[in-house]
Amino acid sequence: MKRFFGFVRKEFIHIFRDKRTLLILFGMPIAQILIFGYVVTNEIKEARIAIYDKSKDAVTHEITDKLLSSDYFRLAKTIEDEQQIEATFEKGDVKEVIVFESDFDEKLHHEQSAQVQILLDATDANMANLLQSYTSGIINDYSRHIKVSSGNMPAIKPKPRMLFNNELKGVYMFVPGTMALILMLVTAMMTSISITREKEMGTMEVLLVSPLKSVQIIAGKVMPYVALAFLNGVAILALGYLVFDMPVHGNVVLLLGETLLYIIMALSLGIFISTVSPTQQVAMFISMFALMLPTMLLSGFIFPIENMPWPLQWLSTIIPAKYFIILIKHIMIKGTGFVFVWKETLVLLGMTAIFIGLSIKNFKIRLE
Amino acid sequence: MAAVTVDHISKHYGSTAALRQASFEVDPGELFGLIGPDGAGKTTLFRILTTLLIPDQGQVRVRGYDPVGEYRKLRRLIGYMPGDFSLYGDLTVEENLDFFATIFDTTIEANYHLIRDIYQQIEPFKRRLAKNLSGGMQQKLALSCALIHKPEVLILDEPTTGVDAVSRKEFWDMLLKLKQQGITILVSTPYMDEAGLCDRVALIQQGQLMKMDAPARIIEAFPKKLWIAKADHPYRLLLDLREWSDLAAVYPFGDSMHLTAHSDDLDETRLKQFLRERNHTSVEVARANPTIEDCFMDLMNQ
Repeated sequence: MKRFFGFVRKEFIHIFRDKRTLLILFGMPIAQILIFGYVVTNEIKEARIAIYDKSKDAVTHEITDKLLSSDYFRLAKTIEDEQQIEATFEKGDVKEVIVFESDFDEKLHHEQSAQVQILLDATDANMANLLQSYTSGIINDYSRHIKVSSGNMPAIKPKPRMLFNNELKGVYMFVPGTMALILMLVTAMMTSISITREKEMGTMEVLLVSPLKSVQIIAGKVMPYVALAFLNGVAILALGYLVFDMPVHGNVVLLLGETLLYIIMALSLGIFISTVSPTQQVAMFISMFALMLPTMLLSGFIFPIENMPWPLQWLSTIIPAKYFIILIKHIMIKGTGFVFVWKETLVLLGMTAIFIGLSIKNFKIRLE
Repeated sequence: MAAVTVDHISKHYGSTAALRQASFEVDPGELFGLIGPDGAGKTTLFRILTTLLIPDQGQVRVRGYDPVGEYRKLRRLIGYMPGDFSLYGDLTVEENLDFFATIFDTTIEANYHLIRDIYQQIEPFKRRLAKNLSGGMQQKLALSCALIHKPEVLILDEPTTGVDAVSRKEFWDMLLKLKQQGITILVSTPYMDEAGLCDRVALIQQGQLMKMDAPARIIEAFPKKLWIAKADHPYRLLLDLREWSDLAAVYPFGDSMHLTAHSDDLDETRLKQFLRERNHTSVEVARANPTIEDCFMDLMNQ
């Protein structure tokens, strides 16, 4: 045991004396989460909208003025008939079309209710969601205002409709997605590089000739990364919760437990990569192309898996990050317990077992 | 029982033979030198002895253990210093030594007496990162790390390559001291002058052991008369001598040439006359006693 801790201590020294490693370990996660967070919470400025006013009365003019007098929207086009709406969206001129129903003023005052339809180009889901909430906010504000001044109970009902991607996949994706990506990179890439570095430096030769068992060498090398990656995971969750209001509805212990499982899975993948790469560069290359791109593109982080062609959907089933993202979303957003995520947990456990098995089979107790 | 027994081992990398039917024995407490040029198979041989490679053919025993089947037991008994720098550059001198002591389940204090002479020279720099040491000091640290677990057999792969002449001498002084402590030492080197310091040397070329004996006996057995020639223009001298069909071998040795003839009837007069005919000035010609390098060059030419 003393041997093992001596090894772990050496590994920590390697990490803390290498500024580049430290930067990747701690700088990258924080920078990424802030960048992704900033992109998602980006404020709207002068978004181009079109208005189709079927009523053209005092109230609709007032609402239009209110919308346009904010800095958020700019009138790019005035639409005069139904057919133009689709054409306008297809050209990509505007992100939003506001449709006031006919006889707006009259309905508002006699029927106590009038409808504004908000049509949104939801190809950019986050943007559409933001535009919708800003527009609804302004209209609701106006609605409250006339209610107070007239004493009546008229209500303007904004009816948002998302076009092209009506389920708004993508919102709240960035925290689970970034976490899946960063933990995968930090642990798998860093461990595979640190193990291959020993091979490249020739120190592996001396380690092999020592009485250390291969299990001790590997465990000693990955131990510090388990601790540091876990720290990273907690930091990302805290940032998401504190800075970006990401909800944590589920059990925190379950959430951290699943995070740890994912980290161990990524580590075993990293060990496996190191057993098949002769140099640090190969390890880095494999990590980048085999891990980073699929994790970003095929895990559902950026593109919804349901919309992919079937070969890619099939491919996504072997991407570990996919299961982690599902897990995290379930626990954080829906607040579900273990009963609902045991399948994903099992998949991650299975993957861990496979990679550890392959690593043991591949690890060389000699030089060839 | 011999400390190391190598019995007809061969090793191939693809179709290239690195070792061909090599056999030798090393006695306990012996300082055994493996002499040969780069690519001769020295590193391959040492890696087989240190359990890092498996021979294609042949039997090996180190301290009675088989490096293939009993590698785990053997790894406790040997100290190995690979040819390339094999320490952690980002660890300090002390941290490196401490690390290697720990993985062998021992401490610096427990075996300090073994490394004292060597380690004292680098101890003033113990808080310096290993990568910032000079080549000679790095080798001393590497030797300390290889010795810290009190190995019975010490295997050093070209420990003095790339080290300055003074450090080389100091390094060999240390090896001789270690030998007195009863440690069996196998050392490889491309430097012929170091061969004379070994109890026995084996000359190795292209994977074959060509000659094995005490250095003095190898020199005694040198079969030819050796001549030494010197002139003002060494390079022209070399080219001219190489054209002379009476000579068996000509090679530069310091600032002079060593040469051997096909037959014993070459004498000073004939040599001088030959060189005068080619307009060499300040010609000096003499008989010389062969060194181990001459023996090696002779063996290589066969």
